[in-house]
Amino acid sequence: MATVEKTKSVEKQKSDAVLNYFRPRKKLPSVWCAGCGNGIVMSALIRAIDKLGYSKDEVAMVSGIGCTSRMPIYLDFSALHTTHGRALAFATGIKFAKPHMKVIVITGDGDCLAIGGNHFIHACRRNIDITAILINNYIYGMTGGQGSPTTPSGAISTTTPYGNVEKHFDPCKLAQAAGASFVARGTVYHTPQLEKAITNALDHNGFSLVEVISNCHTYYGRLNRRGDAVSMLNAFKENSVTTAKAKKLSPEEMEGKFVIGTLHEDDRTEFCDEYQKLVDAHMGEK
Amino acid sequence: MVDTQRTLLLGNLAAVEGAIYAGMRFYAGYPITPSTEVAEGCSRELPKIGGRFIQMEDEIASIGAVVGASVSGMKAMTATSGPGFSLMQENIGYAYITETPCVVINVQRGGPSTGLPTKVSQSDTMQARWGPHGDYTAIVVAPSTVGDTVTETIRAFNLSERFRTPVVVLMDEIIGHQRELISLPKPGEHQVINRVKATVPPEEFQPFRLTANGVSPMAAYGEGYRTISTGLTHDPMGFTTNKPEEIKVKLDKLRNKIMDFRSEITKLRVEMMDDAEIAFVSYGSVSRAVLLAVALARSAGVKVGLVQLYTVWPFPDNKLRDYCQKCQKIIVPELNMGQIVHEIRRVMPPDTEIHSLQRYDGEILTPMQILEKLEEVM
Repeated sequence: MATVEKTKSVEKQKSDAVLNYFRPRKKLPSVWCAGCGNGIVMSALIRAIDKLGYSKDEVAMVSGIGCTSRMPIYLDFSALHTTHGRALAFATGIKFAKPHMKVIVITGDGDCLAIGGNHFIHACRRNIDITAILINNYIYGMTGGQGSPTTPSGAISTTTPYGNVEKHFDPCKLAQAAGASFVARGTVYHTPQLEKAITNALDHNGFSLVEVISNCHTYYGRLNRRGDAVSMLNAFKENSVTTAKAKKLSPEEMEGKFVIGTLHEDDRTEFCDEYQKLVDAHMGEK
Repeated sequence: MVDTQRTLLLGNLAAVEGAIYAGMRFYAGYPITPSTEVAEGCSRELPKIGGRFIQMEDEIASIGAVVGASVSGMKAMTATSGPGFSLMQENIGYAYITETPCVVINVQRGGPSTGLPTKVSQSDTMQARWGPHGDYTAIVVAPSTVGDTVTETIRAFNLSERFRTPVVVLMDEIIGHQRELISLPKPGEHQVINRVKATVPPEEFQPFRLTANGVSPMAAYGEGYRTISTGLTHDPMGFTTNKPEEIKVKLDKLRNKIMDFRSEITKLRVEMMDDAEIAFVSYGSVSRAVLLAVALARSAGVKVGLVQLYTVWPFPDNKLRDYCQKCQKIIVPELNMGQIVHEIRRVMPPDTEIHSLQRYDGEILTPMQILEKLEEVM
């Protein structure tokens, strides 16, 4: 009984922390559907920021267009809600102008990997210290369920009514190949692990990506008969494999499953740090 | 006596000098002919003064990074030409609606599409005004010499900071790639305007509040205000809105903050117009050929003058009408199929004869061609 009480009290503290970060005067509810994974990601992000002890003023949140991209408007940080796909380009300007700021990009699979694909690979290549949180729900939610670059082959969307004939991206492999120095994947089912992944990403100096597998039960779930939000979350639980366990499984056993946890981490030099060295070397020259 | 302060400078590098003079410390760009020397100059000069240069992956990203730097409190710019200017339009529109000061230099080349990368043109005159979709009002300035490029770039930054809006500097290949002996301005010689910053307590701050001069004070990211900038139409707090009355207030603000102060923005050069019966109206590099043609015609006793538009947009309706009121005929030479000539037709009384002199084969209009046109219309 005491344990239950203690758990409740801890949960209450956690939710209080979340409430402290909502933007004053912004009317809620959000634009998100009931049961959407975006809220789970938002609270994990807030808990990570709270744990790291960042002041609200040192955080800038940047987004593009889509359901996920509304997140910065709800939170009490400097917010730049930009054009479709371009969040990382705007974020690069903020980070480079004010390197002491913690710049977080909230993006979706369509925003980041389709229209924003070029900015994504180049932000990875530069290894600029920005944390990108890519909420991957396999579909365009805001425009009503069209196929995205992560829609699996064969899956139904409103623009792939006979099944998707294209192949999908693995954003984590893409990021690692392009030079991101921290890459992790989580799901909206595994919330403590997600909070940890985001904390580690924010704490990392360099470009960090956290891909979050999330549910759009409204479109992806309904069109592909994956059930409601709870069914989709349960499927994430069943189909995810930790990095440690994945090493022991054969490719056949990994079929249809995805790996969660830290997938890559290195300490290559960060863009703003390198530029500062250049300024230090040439400052004052004629 | 030799003036040791004089320097032989490329037009594109004059833009860099002007920008740095005006306080520009952030440049993001993508190489494109004939503007590339602006980027090269910034990559060389900015580290020496603690500024920042970044070569982005494309022009869309370049103007995105410029806006990001500006909301963070820096004076920022990019430079490009035709195809790159087209790519930038969506994010220039973002800068209009979020009222973010920044400067975009367009060293014009021939188009459409890849067109004529190394040839001169003035065919982006209308795009500079109407490029991004939607309703807004643009400020566009046009230098005609290397010296002008320094002062007009300074003016572009000043207007941008004063009116919290992007400003386009409409150069062209001739000016960009021309070297001229000029005197660089000394510190204090030109006024440098900085944006009005937020001073009220954060809880009272409204980033898009209506003010007497139409311009809202601005808070930089990281300085305690935690504002929202969104490309969605928004209320004075920056919150998105679908309410007709709030939408109208926002769009009126974008127009009125500029149009109510048009006389402050307009700048014209007027040569030999006092007794002129025929006027040339021109802008950009063409004005140089016109000036010579006017001098030659005057020496032959023809009463002709020049009105040169340093501010192309907003169009100087009243001032142009005043200067040209005694002219029965106006000739408008442009390196395009006739763009600004339509504005002059709109502004002048219907009985004024207005002639469009066009060249769009990648070559300049020569003083001789301008004199031939003058002879034709006389």
